[in-house]
Amino acid sequence: MTAELVRGQNHPVPGTRLEIRVSAGKPIVAGATLCDDHRKVRGTSWVAHPGAPTLPGLEVSRQAAADHRLAVDLGALPDGAHQVNVLLALPVGVAGPVTFGAVAAPFVAVTGLDGTEIASYTITDLAAESAVVALELYRKQDGWKVRAVGQGYAGGLADMLADQGLPEAQELATTINDAVAHGLARSVAAPPPRPADEARVRAAAQGHTSPGRQPTPPEPGPDAPQPVTPAQGPGEGGQPPQPVAPTPADGTPAAQPADGGTVNYTHPRRQTSAPPPPPPTAQPAAPGQPARPVAGDATGWSMEERLYNQVWGMFEDLARSAAACRSAVDFADSRMEQELDKVLSDPRSRIGGVGDAAREAARARHGDLVDQARAALDRDLAQLAAEAEVVEPALPPAFADWSSPIWQGYRAPMEIPMALRLGGLSLPERPDLRIPMLVRLPLERGLWIDSGRSGRDSLADADQLRRLALDSAVAHAARLLASYPPGAFTVHVIDAAGSGQSAFAPLVGAGVLDEPPATGAAAAGAVLTRLTQRVDLVQMAVRGGMADALPDDLDTGEHLLIVNDFPHGFDDRAVTRLRYLADEGPAVGVHLMMVADREDAAEYGPLLDPLWRALLRLTPVPEDHLADPWVGHAWTFEPSLAPPGSQVIGHVLDRVGAARRTGSR
Amino acid sequence: MTVNMTKGQAISLQKDDGGALTSVRMGLGWQAAPRRGLFGTRTREIDLDASAVLFADKQPVDVVFFRHLVSDDGSVRHTGDNLVGGVGQGGDDEAILVDLQRVPVHIDQIVFTVNSFTGQTFQEVQNAFCRLVDETNGQELARYTLDGGGQYTAQIMAKVHRAGSGWQMTALGNPANGRTFQDLMPAILPHL
Repeated sequence: MTAELVRGQNHPVPGTRLEIRVSAGKPIVAGATLCDDHRKVRGTSWVAHPGAPTLPGLEVSRQAAADHRLAVDLGALPDGAHQVNVLLALPVGVAGPVTFGAVAAPFVAVTGLDGTEIASYTITDLAAESAVVALELYRKQDGWKVRAVGQGYAGGLADMLADQGLPEAQELATTINDAVAHGLARSVAAPPPRPADEARVRAAAQGHTSPGRQPTPPEPGPDAPQPVTPAQGPGEGGQPPQPVAPTPADGTPAAQPADGGTVNYTHPRRQTSAPPPPPPTAQPAAPGQPARPVAGDATGWSMEERLYNQVWGMFEDLARSAAACRSAVDFADSRMEQELDKVLSDPRSRIGGVGDAAREAARARHGDLVDQARAALDRDLAQLAAEAEVVEPALPPAFADWSSPIWQGYRAPMEIPMALRLGGLSLPERPDLRIPMLVRLPLERGLWIDSGRSGRDSLADADQLRRLALDSAVAHAARLLASYPPGAFTVHVIDAAGSGQSAFAPLVGAGVLDEPPATGAAAAGAVLTRLTQRVDLVQMAVRGGMADALPDDLDTGEHLLIVNDFPHGFDDRAVTRLRYLADEGPAVGVHLMMVADREDAAEYGPLLDPLWRALLRLTPVPEDHLADPWVGHAWTFEPSLAPPGSQVIGHVLDRVGAARRTGSR
Repeated sequence: MTVNMTKGQAISLQKDDGGALTSVRMGLGWQAAPRRGLFGTRTREIDLDASAVLFADKQPVDVVFFRHLVSDDGSVRHTGDNLVGGVGQGGDDEAILVDLQRVPVHIDQIVFTVNSFTGQTFQEVQNAFCRLVDETNGQELARYTLDGGGQYTAQIMAKVHRAGSGWQMTALGNPANGRTFQDLMPAILPHL
């Protein structure tokens, strides 16, 4: 019998080995603290959290996830521990819900080892809290009991830990958030396994009216680095109408079995969802040869979606093939080492050529295995390279490299594409095989073009890097502008010192900016104020469910703010606004693109860490700083730039400018 | 043609026409045994978990189980955790797909195990089997049915290993105790 607890209620726990299952709709952090008989946490070593997941008798998971299983052995707890508190918290510093009011009520169950539920508790009526004590397990005479607590803290983990008497609460909360964000920040969000077709098409068609639609959140794999899931945006206000009762207008039942024949199972209101046109099929392969690759050879409801899925498929295949080869080579290395050690320690090997022969044999075995692994990898790489050769030319503008001929015939789109290419990703095994790095639109996180030299071979000097960073920022902005229907995307530029004047000239010259780049602290402050007010207003309307109450002159498109030379010209107030925009903006269609060197803002100390973490870091020159969601290789990112000497970005911007002026394509 | 295997028997994985197999599925199925007592028909849910451990020269290199559904190289895939069993009514409850062509060159053995995650012993499990299916055409190649459960919580079912240029399957059927594959490692090693 499961006891369904209400807040404050307790229930005896029969054994000492338990499992606590947690489920929430969104990725959350789960942890546990131990208390002594004075209900006090004795120190940081009494807290199990993603940065330090195991304590005697207690284990929590290392990362934020929608579902958790915590193993507890009450008999093995450290001496003096009289109580176990199970904590839940929302990850901080990443795009996503910031209060429990915005996620489904978390459900916690205490189960025995055989899976039988002992007690369960649904933590309802949470609102502004971002951390909550879900349950406590406490000693009662000789046994243990569980109590449903549900005590929330609006101040997050730090408040909660301080409340439990931990002096280092603030530091520990930071450690926990860092550990969680570390897993989240470096990962390229995994693609949704099967994008919700209809929602997406409809959302794209409504591009002008709902500023904060969110794409299907990617489903995190069980062990993969957790991709960032987007916050619930104001899109809820304008949700597509749900299909209702299936009775047609004329009142006759919809799907009658026709004269005793088969029942018609088609949805009466969904006549239009005809099966998508079949994907192009490959020519039958010659016997013994792998099939020739074809562009669009993946699942999807449209060619765009198929290409998107195909690109992600190639990304995964390359990651896994490289993992297979690397693990085989590692194994060969360690085996050879062991064998050579053995030869060395064997006294017989010192006589004559026995030792040499054994060494030779070990090296030969090593060489054989490495050759086989390389051969397998080469086979895969050749296949992927052939696929890339047909896929690249077939990509639509938003997915295509600037060198693709498709940009020459560019026309402003009617709909927002499902994704955008930010650059190429490659592995050292085959640096010329670049997988397009596609991120979903609208952007889920802001971008940070790192113009700093930290941790980088200083091939280019600082000024060159700054210029390259600006150029790649302009290229990304141009692509964003070109991917949205005319007028649906507005770019603002803050260039407080005016140092980016020449780099921003293409944007200014083509007339795609509503106003020239803001120079000077006053103008920069004004832009920030306007965007902050906009975020406030849209958020309020959405939270209050009053999207209609927005002023008529508020345009509903998406906005991008490019900030150059941060923190030049920024006072504390402006920095606070910027952080606010980075946290709250993406959910309401206001995005941030920082062109900055983190060193320049060093005087702010750790205050700005959450800002940098909330942004997706891109480099202006090739650098290996991105991880894939499956194996976690370090991939070399190369930004998508126009080929040297090409005017393609200028031409495209001119077309965008013309379309904005005439309001047509 | 299905081969009904007995403990310790080994078969070579080849197609009927002599060609090499490219992709196989190891399917596992089970049902909870009806309990005796006043409510005799009530069965309890039994959560058995199938895992595959990849070995290179007797060292475990990778493992595929409900927490890690795809091996890093992508060659071995678990179709997902089934917490109840018996839903297949004789079909597979959990399945592990092995793309034999893509298995990394240093992996020479793949061992398949079943653990009782919820702690019941195999006395409470009936009709447990594992079968190997040619994934390209759905044909069953071999089936190994566990007879008579006992006081143990895990089974080392079978292994698929390299033999010459192709692969072989050997039915192991060894009882062991443990909640997840980690507990089974000592019991697996003698079978490599």
